[in-house]
Amino acid sequence: MALIKNGTVASDPYTDVADDAVLPAGPVIVSLQRFRAERDGLLARNTPVGVRLAPDQSPEALGGDLDRLPLVVLEFAKFRDGRPLSWARLLRTRLKFTGEIRATGDFLYDQIAFMVRVGFDAFELPASVTPALFQRALGEMTLVYQPSTDGKKTIRELRD
Amino acid sequence: MYRYDEFDARFVAERTEQFRFQVERRLKGELSEDQFKPFRLMNGLYLQLHAYMLRIAVPYGTLSAPQLRMLAHIARKYDRGYGHFTTRQNLQFNWPKLKDVPDILAELATVEMHAIQTSGNCVRNVTSDHFAGADAEEVEDPRPVAELIRQWSSLHPEFSFLGRKFKIAVTASGHDRTALRYHDAGVEIVKNSDGRVGYRIYVGGGMGRTPYLSYVVAEFIEKPDLLAYLEAILRVFNESGRRDNIYKARIKILAHTLGVTAMRDRIEREFAEIKAAGTLEVPEKECARIEAYFAPPAFADLPETALPTGGALGDWVTSNTHPHRVRGYTIVTISLKPIGGVPGDASHEQLDGLAALLDDFSLGELRVSHEQNLVLPHVRIKDLPALHERLTALGLATPNAGLITDLICCPGLDYCDLANARSITIAQEISKRFADGARQHEIGDLKIKISGCVNACGHHHAGHIGILGVDKKGVEYYQLLIGGSAAEDASIGEILGPGFGEHEIADAVERVVDAYLKLRQPGERFLETSRRLGLEPFRTAAYGEQRDGAD
Repeated sequence: MALIKNGTVASDPYTDVADDAVLPAGPVIVSLQRFRAERDGLLARNTPVGVRLAPDQSPEALGGDLDRLPLVVLEFAKFRDGRPLSWARLLRTRLKFTGEIRATGDFLYDQIAFMVRVGFDAFELPASVTPALFQRALGEMTLVYQPSTDGKKTIRELRD
Repeated sequence: MYRYDEFDARFVAERTEQFRFQVERRLKGELSEDQFKPFRLMNGLYLQLHAYMLRIAVPYGTLSAPQLRMLAHIARKYDRGYGHFTTRQNLQFNWPKLKDVPDILAELATVEMHAIQTSGNCVRNVTSDHFAGADAEEVEDPRPVAELIRQWSSLHPEFSFLGRKFKIAVTASGHDRTALRYHDAGVEIVKNSDGRVGYRIYVGGGMGRTPYLSYVVAEFIEKPDLLAYLEAILRVFNESGRRDNIYKARIKILAHTLGVTAMRDRIEREFAEIKAAGTLEVPEKECARIEAYFAPPAFADLPETALPTGGALGDWVTSNTHPHRVRGYTIVTISLKPIGGVPGDASHEQLDGLAALLDDFSLGELRVSHEQNLVLPHVRIKDLPALHERLTALGLATPNAGLITDLICCPGLDYCDLANARSITIAQEISKRFADGARQHEIGDLKIKISGCVNACGHHHAGHIGILGVDKKGVEYYQLLIGGSAAEDASIGEILGPGFGEHEIADAVERVVDAYLKLRQPGERFLETSRRLGLEPFRTAAYGEQRDGAD
């Protein structure tokens, strides 16, 4: 599985850790439940910690800890469930999160351009999407009507 | 009407190529049907009972002559020679082939048309008043606002994978012709006490298995804030709408579970942030740019002209015209409900024929109504005899707009794989039953709406008389509902009792109508009589004979 970060293939320093697994050394990704249960210990490791949120978990649940997290992973349980798109947007606007927002799980080629627009900057690509396809996805629609967190100029702005 | 600039045109062209790639991958097997489904739906492509169906967007129901000619061409070249106008002002083709759809979309793009978001769990094609720009009562033309919403909602990155579809209607008239309160969100253009124009916003309406009327969530939103407010509503819906049950997933369920206060608080919180960011503010310049496209056409200065009376022309004028805001003009409804015909269907000859008369008779414009009729918005009264003749030749002069045979009907089991029962055949039978013009005029304003299943595409909840097809152990039955309305006096019809068989339902409707004629007070419409008297007298009328005849 390829990881795309800021538009290019990148190596992944993180280990995604199941709730009942022993924490390995180095950067880890844990679920919100585990983060809550082991918050102090995780933050005291002085190693990067990412938190994985299920589609029904708002990033607001992370509260003030967000400042100390370099990574939030938003999980697509089913590609049709578009809640992570709002969570990413929320992270970038209300919560002013500047760290990595990573997509994982069941999303499709056809959704990548939308995801980039609302603030995702890292993608654990599903098997059906090669890095080349990832690039292609970004070029399908060159014009947008809505302002979003990507700062892309809208059609209205281009008209001015 | 709105004209694409280079940006709109490129947007639609790129969208077409994007869909072509999706179809290519589907045909190669790289996308499963399950994966392809939401993407084809967002491009208007359904898989129905017998074939694919392509639903083409007619934003806020406005069509030009070149667009009509293109629709006629597509009906001939890719379909079986006809199209079907829907209750959301769109046009459906029932028999396209998957491999042809990208080419159809490319042809549509040449006349500034597309099928974007006519289906799927996204913000659907925006609807509006079919008398917009012609009605004497409107605050202002609602179409510029509808166009603004269309652009904002097109391929919205955050709201293209909602829990369920989201429908928005815009009206600017005290007489609502958009079924506003049955929409997920409604925008009513109003003037406040200072004479400033803004928007009253409704949320939480819908039909389907659990019908609700929307409520007012904001009394007055200022013009520059409209998109920010709509974005706030959509965000609350995307985050908190249910996703565990398809029948509970519309915003109506969230809105009525939370209640108006909690719902408003949630929306206001988002709204305050979006407004503060300022990025969605609609500048005066953009409003003016769009409004310029909808500037009133060059109306002539005509003398006061009396409407023609007498004969077939007079009957048609009585039922099918509506007062225009400019002296000497009138609004003409073209009924797509010929007696015994399929409600909403139009042949390619009719589409071409209409295109040929638009410039001469209606300043180049045609509208589609949510009641599955067409409208010529700007007709000179003195042209009515000539127009009537032309329409008669096209088979489009049925004099029944607003009368009992002007019924709304979904495609039903003849086409749709969701349907439980046929609805077209029932519509045809009722239409024939009440064919007599004098009788129709005696009955007056009576709206019958027929759906072939609980999804309510035929708006049965909103019919003065509604009919709902259900399936009981493989047999089609039809429930009667009484007292619904989709207008400014919106209400949800109540079920009268057990269903009727397919050969009994027209009789039952007739008995209910006869009871109304006996019970009504002078000047009272069916709806008013049913509200005054309640269900009981109609129940007695509908079931009396059947009960006698049973066992």
